[in-house]
Formats: sequence, C-alpha cells, structure tokens
Amino acid sequence: MSTTRERILQRIQTALHDGAPTGRLVAEQPTTEPVLRDYRQRDEAPRADIIDRFIERVTEYKAIVRRVEEDQLAAAIAEALAARGVERLVISADLPEAWLPASITLLRDAGDLSYETLGSSHGVLTGCALGIAQTGTLVLDHGALQGRRAISLVPDYHLCIVHAAQIVGLLPEAMPQLEAAVRAGRPITFISGPSATSDIELNRVEGVHGPRTLEVLVVI
Amino acid sequence: MSDHKKKPTPTSVLIELEPKFEQNAPAALANTQLRRNMGKATQTIRAKRANVVSELSDWEELREAGRAIKAFTLEHLDEQLIQLEAAVQKAGGHVHWAQDAAEANRIITGLVQAHEAREVIKIKSLTTDEIKLNAALADAGITAVETDLAELIIQLAGEHSSHILVPAIHKNRAEIREIFMRTLGVRELSDQPKELAAVARTHLRRKFLSTKVAISGANFAVAETGTVCIVESEGNGRMCLTLPQVLISVMGIEKLIPTFRDFEVFLQLLPRSSTGERMNPYTSLWTGVTPGDGPQEFHLVLLDNGRTDVLADQIGRQTLNCIRCSACLNICPVYERTGGHAYGSVYPGPIGAILTPQLVGVEHAGSLPYASSLCGACYEVCPVKINIPEVLIHLRGEVVRQKQDEGGIRAALDPENVAFKTLAKVFSSRTAYERAQSLGKVGQWPLQHEGYIKSLPGLLGGWTATRDMPTIPEQTFREWWEERTKA
Ligand code: SF4
Repeated sequence: MSTTRERILQRIQTALHDGAPTGRLVAEQPTTEPVLRDYRQRDEAPRADIIDRFIERVTEYKAIVRRVEEDQLAAAIAEALAARGVERLVISADLPEAWLPASITLLRDAGDLSYETLGSSHGVLTGCALGIAQTGTLVLDHGALQGRRAISLVPDYHLCIVHAAQIVGLLPEAMPQLEAAVRAGRPITFISGPSATSDIELNRVEGVHGPRTLEVLVVI
Repeated sequence: MSDHKKKPTPTSVLIELEPKFEQNAPAALANTQLRRNMGKATQTIRAKRANVVSELSDWEELREAGRAIKAFTLEHLDEQLIQLEAAVQKAGGHVHWAQDAAEANRIITGLVQAHEAREVIKIKSLTTDEIKLNAALADAGITAVETDLAELIIQLAGEHSSHILVPAIHKNRAEIREIFMRTLGVRELSDQPKELAAVARTHLRRKFLSTKVAISGANFAVAETGTVCIVESEGNGRMCLTLPQVLISVMGIEKLIPTFRDFEVFLQLLPRSSTGERMNPYTSLWTGVTPGDGPQEFHLVLLDNGRTDVLADQIGRQTLNCIRCSACLNICPVYERTGGHAYGSVYPGPIGAILTPQLVGVEHAGSLPYASSLCGACYEVCPVKINIPEVLIHLRGEVVRQKQDEGGIRAALDPENVAFKTLAKVFSSRTAYERAQSLGKVGQWPLQHEGYIKSLPGLLGGWTATRDMPTIPEQTFREWWEERTKA
C-alpha cells in the first residue's frame, strides 16, 4: 500500500500532466511563463530622503522615533530609559557596555533568562539587521546585538537602535541581505510599529501581546 | 448515485451540510445590526486598501509577478513539495502529509498526545478551521485556546467566523464587552477598544508563558529553504511561534513559494491588500529548528483535502493562487450586504464562492457560484489576479452539467447550460468581456425597469424570481477606471 505522501504526489502528477481536466471548457495545456520581475528593485532617491521616509513611516505606526548623532547614542539611550523609568533592562550577551548607563540593572541574556525574568523586566534594548524605509519596518535577524526572539517579545517596552547605513529603500533591497541569516538557520522578525489589533470595529489599538511601546533611535 | 469520479469529499470545509446561499441570504439581509457592522467594516478597509495601493507605482507589476510565481509553483507543485520537505527536514523539522481533514487531525492529535498536553495555544488559521481541528482535539480531551483577539471573541461567543481576516467583523464593541464580562468573569469593563484589548492580553499572557504546544497555519513556505512565514498584527503569533517547546504548523499544499526572494513580492502584496497597511506589525519567518531560540521541535503538516482536484481543473486551478488577503470580500457588493455566514462555508465571499464548491464538489455547494453579481470588482482587486468571474461562470456550467447528469434529456436542453457556455467563453478574454458588456447594455433594454431587471424571460426567470438583477450600468467599472486614470 502506498503512503499518503506518494498518493498526494501521484494525484498532483496526474492533475498536472495527464489528468483530463474536470472542466470540459478549455483543453489547452498550461504553459510555464517566466516570472517577470519588472517591479521596482531599488529606491533611487537621495539617502537623506530615504532616511527621512523611514523615520516618518515608523512614526506613523505610533512608535517613538528619534534621530541621534553617533557620539550622542549613549546619552540618548540613558535619556530614553530614564523617561520610561526603566531599572531592569534585558540585553543580548553581545551588546556593548559603553552604550548603557551605569545606574540600571542589566539582565544579560545568553539564552538562559526565564520567561518570568523577561516578563518582569522593564524593557529590552536591541540592535537590528535592517530598516526598510518604504514600509517603516525594522528587521531583526537575531544576529549581532539582537539575541534570541523571546527577549524582544516578552518585555513590554522595546528600544531598538538602527544605524542610518542599515536603512534601505525598498523591500526588494532588504531580502537579499537577509538570505545569509536564513541559510544559517536563524529566524527573521519584521517589526512595523508596536503590536496592534483592529479586531474591534476596525479601530487600531496599539499594544496587544507584543511590546506595547516601541522606541527607535536612528543613529546618523 | 453515479460512481464516476466518486471519492470521499472534504465536506469539513462546510459549516452547513449543503449551504443554500439563496436561503441564508434573506435572514442576513434582515439583520440590520449585522448589515450596519458589515457596511462600516468593509467600507473602512476598502478605503485603506485603495489608499496604500495607490501609493505604489509598480502595483500592477507586483500583481503580475505574484500571479506568475504562484502559477509556476502550481505547475511544478510535486517537485516544489519534495524540495520543501527536504529543506525542512535538513533544518531539523518533521514533515507529515495528510490527504484529508481526518488524517491531518489524526496526525496533529497524535503529536499533542505524545507530549501529554491537555491544552494547546493556536494562531488564527483558516486551514485549521477547514479541517475542524478544534473539534477533533476536543474529542481527544485537548482544549485549543485561540489567541487572536477576534478568534477569542468568536470562540467565547460560541460562533463561527464571518470574515477571513477580521472574523469578529459582525460584532460591535458593546457586544464584545458583553461576551467578555459573561465568559471571562470580568466585573467592570468599558466598551473602549483599548480596555477590551487589555482584557485579552491579561487573559492570554499566562497561557503563552506556560503552554507546551502551539499550533499555527502558514501564510507561505519557501520550497528552496524550508522557511515558513506567519503574518500577523497582535504579537500572539510571535508568542505562539517563540515560547512553546513544540510547534505544529498546518498548511495547504498550495501555500508554497519557490524562493526566499519571492517574499519581496508577497510581503508587498499581502499587507496592502488585506489590512490596508504598508506592512502589518509583525511578520515571523523560521526555518526548521534554531538551537537555543524558539521551539526545539517543529512539525509541518501538508494538507491536500481536495486541493489536488482543484489543481486538475485548468480553469479552476488559479483559485489556488489565493493568499487569503480578503480584498475580494471587502469589495464585494453581495458580501457587504449578507456577511460571511450566508455562505455556510469556512471560506466566505467571492473566494469562498469559487473555492468551496471546488473543494467539496459542486453537488454539495451548487448555490455558491451564484452568490455573485459578476461585477468583476473582485478580479480587479485580487493581488494574485485570480479571475474570479471566469471561475464562477465555469462552476455554474459545472452545476448545470451535474444537474444534467441527473436530469436526462430535458436538462440537456436547459438554456442556462447553453448560456453559461457562451458566458464562460466571453469571460475568458478581456476584450470579449468588454465587448459583451457593451452589447449587454443595448440588449437589456426591453427587460429593464428603473435600473433593475425584474424578470428574465423563459427558463432564466428562476434567477430573477428571488432577486432583482442590477442592469449593466451605462459606464462599466473598467471604462470608469480607464477614464479616471487618463484624467
Ligand atoms: S481571491 Fe484574491 S482577493 Fe480574494 S482572498 Fe484570495 S488573494 Fe485575496
């Protein structure tokens, strides 16, 4: 007796190759057309415009976004954490100490923090892999400065650092850059604003299960 | 009963045994609360969608690429599935094949039982609705907790979903408040959406942190890399995909895309078409198992359940392009007025009208291909260019033919049958369609009365006995659109 796998594959082959169509209206065989990728591949706008667009679109999702100079980054982080009242902050094991104020308790995750610890923290600070201007999206490939998925999910506040050089114009510019991470077996998370629902009369409500507040520092 | 091409039909797709749209619709039309909610909801999403779509100068190129990628996938479905299976296994996942709902449910129940779990958390999935997984789990003593806000509302209310994307579209905030207070033991609650959402957050948090097994569907899976994708808004998806120890994902065999790069097309088409956003809040991609991150056991269940029959029909096949965005529902004048329940199927609206009869056989859902005015708006909005009117006409022909098989010589001469054959030809090409519309404008004048055709002549009168058919407007949508874009 054949397995289900063989039966399904057999049914597909019959359907595609020699199965008579159940409809008796058209008898032509399907042809395989090449996929024409003549949609936009690159945003040719000046870099400054692309970065402006990124900031504008992330802001539209009701995230807090600020532009900071490289040498002001530590100060900006300290300010954001203070404004939010963060005392216990989750970070990935490889996040540079120099970014962080001395006054707060760091919960460094080497994959060992419990969900309870993550849940009772006041927030998480991560880097990211990419920003996409067209859609106002942050992409995490859970590589450098980002840690495993749970740490940027369970805490209620996510502070994310993106460098201007990481921002691309369009989605087709982003995908090739993510392929290496995927081939290395890492997950990918696209984040476009804080979690939200429109399930109640289509009113967008920010903040359901993921972090209810998303703050982004764009390092120029 | 004739036994040619008889096989077990996947009637699990149906909510009612033999949905009769023409009998369900009047009740839905009479429910004014439902009509008001539906009207508001569909208009809002329609406007948002139109807005974000008009932002992209390359929308038509993206649609064409989306269609072509899906067509390629379907034409190579056997190879693509074998490739996917190998890639998932190489990345540490397990792949299961299920011919029908019963087999899929058996596999999933078995996996849950092997982990001795009495409760599982779920991400909204039409495919699991299609196989009635929750009922199968319940029979095995396993509770499935729905974690999407709308699904939770529907589950708590003990109802069925009425919209692919916003299943609780037919419930307003006062009704939701009442359901939460009655079922979750919340004493005080306003009807503010923010407060209602906070109730769901608290209710589900503990489950996310402690449940061992999660079950999801899949929006896409990449044959080349074995990467599976879930597109969502609330973060309940990320919770289910990240925190439990075991993840079981069920997908229809048509949800494949060939390469990782293809995401650049579908992640543009899907959010704009469905919620009318540039991008949905969260999209998760995972490939098998990642050591130290997320579930360490992953199962992918590949489901046929009638899809290979759809594939065998050369006109119907394009139905499998569907990425379940629900744009065709929101644009449909029939759906807007009746809501989803009238279709009696897990899949409502225009896509449901073509998918359901193909999955279960026209003999079980013969009224659904008629739940449309053939205005063509669904085709215009579909991000993967499924020619829904063409498939509707084709299926109406099938319905007539099936009646004919049962009815002998009288049915063979049925003018409906002849008419549908002609119409099917007309719909198969755009110019013929436009020409026929112009002819129709002239040809219909003897029948028309104040903009509606009240009765059609002869045997076609059966159609207009229960409904007025809008006449073909002076200006068709296509003409209006062309004029608009020229201006
Ligand atoms: S048929 Fe097209 S428009 Fe309708 S849900 Fe499917 S993809 Fe969307």
